[in-house]
Amino acid sequence: MTVADPSALQPGLQPRGWLRYFSFSLDHKVIGLQYLVCGFFFYLVGGALAGVIRTELVSPIADFVSRDTYNEVLTLHGTVMIFLWIVPVVNGAFGNYLIPFYVGARDMAFPRLNAVAFWMIPPAGLLLISSYLLAGAAAQSGWTAYPPLSLTTPAAGQVVWILSVLLLGGSSIFGAVNFIATVLKLRRPGLKMMQLPMYCWAMLGTSLLVVLSTPVLAGVLILLSFDIIAHTGFFNPALGGNVVVYQHLFWFYSHPAVYIMVLPAFGLVSEILPVHARKPLFGYTTMVYSIMGIVFLGLIVWAHHMFTSGTPPWMRLFFTIATSFIAVPTGIKFFNWLATLWGGKIALNSAMLFSCGFILNFVFGGITGITLAQVPFDIHVHDTYYVVGHFHYIVYGGTVFVIFAALYHWYPKFTGRLLNEDLGRLHFLLTFIGFNLCFLPQHWLGLNGMPRRVAEYDPAFTTLNQLSSVGALIMAISTLPLLLNVVVTALRGQSAGDNPWNALTPEWLTSSPPPVENWHGEAPLVTEPYGYGHTPAESGR
Amino acid sequence: MQIRTAITAALATTALVGTGLLVGSQVSLLPVAASTNAPPYDSLFRVLFSIGTILFLGILIVLAYSLIRFRRRPGELAEGLPIEGNLPLEIVWTAIPAVVILFVGIYSYDIYDRMGGMASLDHGAMQHQAMDHGSMNPTQMDPTQLADGIEASAERIWGGIGSTQAYVDQTGDGSEASAAVPPLPVEVTAMQFAFIFHYPDNDITSGELHVPLGQPVQLRMQARDVIHAFWVPEFRLKQDVIPGQPTVLSLTATRAGTYPVICAELCGPYHGGMRTSVVVHEPDDYLAWVTQNTPATTA
Amino acid sequence: MTTTNPSDLRSQTQPDEATPSAHAEHQHHDARLFGLATFLVADGMTFAGFFAAYLTFRAVNPLPEGSTYELELVLPSINTVLLLVSSFTFHRAGRACLADRPQACQGWLAVTAGLGIAFLAGQMVEYFSLPFGLTDNLFASTFYALTGFHGLHVTLGVICIAVVTLQSRRGGAVSASSPFGLEAAELYWHFVDGIWVVLYALLYLL
Repeated sequence: MTVADPSALQPGLQPRGWLRYFSFSLDHKVIGLQYLVCGFFFYLVGGALAGVIRTELVSPIADFVSRDTYNEVLTLHGTVMIFLWIVPVVNGAFGNYLIPFYVGARDMAFPRLNAVAFWMIPPAGLLLISSYLLAGAAAQSGWTAYPPLSLTTPAAGQVVWILSVLLLGGSSIFGAVNFIATVLKLRRPGLKMMQLPMYCWAMLGTSLLVVLSTPVLAGVLILLSFDIIAHTGFFNPALGGNVVVYQHLFWFYSHPAVYIMVLPAFGLVSEILPVHARKPLFGYTTMVYSIMGIVFLGLIVWAHHMFTSGTPPWMRLFFTIATSFIAVPTGIKFFNWLATLWGGKIALNSAMLFSCGFILNFVFGGITGITLAQVPFDIHVHDTYYVVGHFHYIVYGGTVFVIFAALYHWYPKFTGRLLNEDLGRLHFLLTFIGFNLCFLPQHWLGLNGMPRRVAEYDPAFTTLNQLSSVGALIMAISTLPLLLNVVVTALRGQSAGDNPWNALTPEWLTSSPPPVENWHGEAPLVTEPYGYGHTPAESGR
Repeated sequence: MQIRTAITAALATTALVGTGLLVGSQVSLLPVAASTNAPPYDSLFRVLFSIGTILFLGILIVLAYSLIRFRRRPGELAEGLPIEGNLPLEIVWTAIPAVVILFVGIYSYDIYDRMGGMASLDHGAMQHQAMDHGSMNPTQMDPTQLADGIEASAERIWGGIGSTQAYVDQTGDGSEASAAVPPLPVEVTAMQFAFIFHYPDNDITSGELHVPLGQPVQLRMQARDVIHAFWVPEFRLKQDVIPGQPTVLSLTATRAGTYPVICAELCGPYHGGMRTSVVVHEPDDYLAWVTQNTPATTA
Repeated sequence: MTTTNPSDLRSQTQPDEATPSAHAEHQHHDARLFGLATFLVADGMTFAGFFAAYLTFRAVNPLPEGSTYELELVLPSINTVLLLVSSFTFHRAGRACLADRPQACQGWLAVTAGLGIAFLAGQMVEYFSLPFGLTDNLFASTFYALTGFHGLHVTLGVICIAVVTLQSRRGGAVSASSPFGLEAAELYWHFVDGIWVVLYALLYLL
């Protein structure tokens, strides 16, 4: 259990080659890539489920799958994409790979706990999917699992869903404890907090949110499972229970969950932009404060998901104002990124394209987010396709774009080879067009009367739904150049060298891929991770 | 040089704001407005749409300009400028959004107030008002009508928009409603997968909602099984219908016609099919409908 | 994928072993207790969620006729005293361990475990004497969920004490020079006691 004990990481005791990616490896880099590949697998699963949804919605009648199946599919789509793709990848994959480099450590604070946290994910994911294949009926009450609906749908599927989410939540908490301990306690001597790369701050903030909010979700799901299994009445109105209490506790986690999904993305973009714009990150200090501001505000805005749930007026008012103010720290970050680009020497490669796509999509999603924070506005569009459009702009247009940007940026570090730029640009183009075509029309649909989570709809909305489905098809196709790129590059890609981007953050100051304990000698002390532009002549260092 | 930059920036900002206002006021993305709530809602929408357009276009333009103007030419190896921050600038772009947000917040509060959302600030007062009203109009608080197995919570209104007082406020908006007209009570029961409307004054039960033009209507909503939501896009109103927690929704229709009533909360396999219509009648037509549908026993 | 052979890797790690390892070892010890504390914050949030649910239920959902929030106070109050005393005895065990008096440490641990078991027994007696069952009403359900979840924590704490006692008896694993296991168990035990005090105040006194 000791990190510095060489036997723990001794190569002789660990499988080598590709096999170690299927082992209980304690190496943070192996674990990071395990998260990445496992997450990408579930991204394809979730994407296939999205394909079922968009195919069903090509026509206004429920004709492609049965109505029960449709609700199972939308429940699984949400759960898989959030808990098995975005959260594990943007936190677990990049966090595990990068954080030890950034703090100048040879591994995470608790390598064994780290491996345990990862290995909770594949069984949880397979359990979730097996509830459809084996138990005969998966959960049908949406990823929100609102009672009393979740008490009346087939119990087996709902219980399996709860168990799976509890496992994934536990994994997430273990990961967060590890990140907090690593950033605060494992920093290399001489490295100050305000010298850390921004992703460390983002992960610190994210992990605080995980530690403070995920247990509440676990608690409320345990109560929900009591209602299902033991027939207690916490959330069963027929037994005197209160369904709105479930919603409060659920959103106490699930609103911060949005920041658990986007804050790490903010951190990754803050690493990528300076490298490819050859400029220091603009406003480091305000960026740090804005992350912490988002963490704080993120914890006190949950009830804006419940404006139509019969919340009292004072609550609606408080949560409107608190939610709106999240726009201020978020705005600071975007203005700072634009200022980072301004006056730079911008390389328009795939990583930069996806980062800029992220900025545009997220600004759009942020603006619709401000509209949704206003009670009177939200009362009309709550639970409609406007909301579906909004949050896909945040989590897909925002976070998933950043995951792709990060993949192009760090793939050379992972493998020592560069991804092909032409395929990368094609991947960006298809993703950007497909994404906007898919989700932009949904805002209009929501404003004009299409609720979310329906298998059938007003025939007047057919054309825009078909347009949206075409967008989804293009998004599905956009995965092909990425997969092709990864396969072709792995076989005979262009060698990247140790530091193809001439980057200054610590992970690039070792070989690519890095040795087991990260550095051949002592960990370098990097006090200016964004010191670009100072010495134009020796930019290579 | 400084002056030229300043003038360019000022012109660009003016053009941007102009475009935003133009788009916000000219582009309509909403369905027809058919209730007193809709006009204030639509003006809030226009304001937010304008602000959003200005913000989005502004960022788009700055981003596109940066990518073109500051792109690295082939073979170029130079670094960018070593600028690590600019405190006054950062203060400016913290302060401006904060002011805009504050304005939006106050404005939307005002709209919400005009929609009757702030009519009563706590449960106690709301309950009290309902009681008072009950004494004036005995049919409204008859416990036998509201009690639905859950005796303790049946008399309590848990939330909603526009309590019994809302219609008084709405007269200020130029609607045809007058303070003298009491709201028409309608009991809404939501179940898998239908809405049932009951008119206690006339003992009419209907699968469609019929309301007279210009008269305030108070929907008292209860769910029988799971959570549903009552939504009429043309009225810009939505309220969850929650089992065990009765809610109210006050509205005044302003445009005759037939509009969809949609369930907006996932309620089971046929959730997508859980829809009906609201028919807004001219007052005379409404009376005719009432006469036609009143059961013989109570007529 | 791998290009390095084991001997290479060993030679890479060797130069660092002399100095940084000792330092990292020390740092690591800190990080483990810190990590446990972080995890306990998370665990505390689960209880916070339960407490919030309980208080909301109590504030807005009236109980059916004939049900009551009144509970017998004698047994739970004795239980509270037992747990508070056990925190003190665990503290003594910790001090004995650091003073390198393993016998005394084991003695105090045994007392602590005994108090924990007595608490659990008291809880069981209470369960069987209560006039309501798990599904009788909202308060009954919340009561059992909260005390049950806490009881689970106490049970886990007793198991931890047993493990630590064994490790101390065998020598080496828990001792004055490596007190981590004991310190971790102690921190956890104090946490569980603290939660009980809040729970007692909310469920029994309120």
